Amino acid sequence: MDSNRHWNWRIWVGFLLPWVGIASYVFVFVRYPITRNVPWVPFLFFLVALILLIAGLRRAFGQPSAYRGKIAGPILAVLSVALMAFFAFGTLYATRQLPASKGAPKVGDKAPDFSLPDTHGKTLTLAELLTTPTGSAAKPPKGVLLIFYRGYW
Amino acid sequence: MRPIGISVDTPEESANLCKKAGYTYTFLSDAGAQAIRRYNIVHPGAGENGKDIARPAEFLVDSTGVIRWVNLTDDFRVRATPEQMLDAIKNLR
Repeated sequence: MDSNRHWNWRIWVGFLLPWVGIASYVFVFVRYPITRNVPWVPFLFFLVALILLIAGLRRAFGQPSAYRGKIAGPILAVLSVALMAFFAFGTLYATRQLPASKGAPKVGDKAPDFSLPDTHGKTLTLAELLTTPTGSAAKPPKGVLLIFYRGYW
Repeated sequence: MRPIGISVDTPEESANLCKKAGYTYTFLSDAGAQAIRRYNIVHPGAGENGKDIARPAEFLVDSTGVIRWVNLTDDFRVRATPEQMLDAIKNLR
């Protein structure tokens, strides 16, 4: 009887797709704001994966004499859902847990000065950055854009 | 307009980043988070080994030292776009 039952490919493809979606985000789509800010590409993969998993499980349990997957199906479905939930939690919740920074300087405030070393070990202050001409320019810059980032610790 | 990158990375780490990514603008090392604290943008314990680091933030400062544009993201995957920054710089003139 076993040999007559079809391979339940929907379950296996449904299990594979979330990994493909997440890999596509981590290695490609995270680079572009339009696919990073809302991670819709992996979520599209997840949607197709869920449809295939449900279809596969319905075949495994609804027509057990025709389809395999009564054991592998639930296991792979649980693993897939856990993986998708983990990714959704990471991108929709975890990366938003930033402090409110209510005390940060506002438009119109004087920018707090600082004194920090650059990549050559030379110490620079904000006042110096604002008054020192850069490169081939003869005049100091019109302003500076301070970009604070998390760092590659 | 002069862009300045600031993080808790050491000058050596920032130099490596510049070399790898080809950045030619100024990177400052705020290893002790003194400037990050002064700007009130500390993300406590979010770094390696529970180190305090900066939450992502951008401040545009004009030549008189006054802040003219601020961007505080609420999701560290979402940053100011080059277009937003260029717009803010254009409005400075």
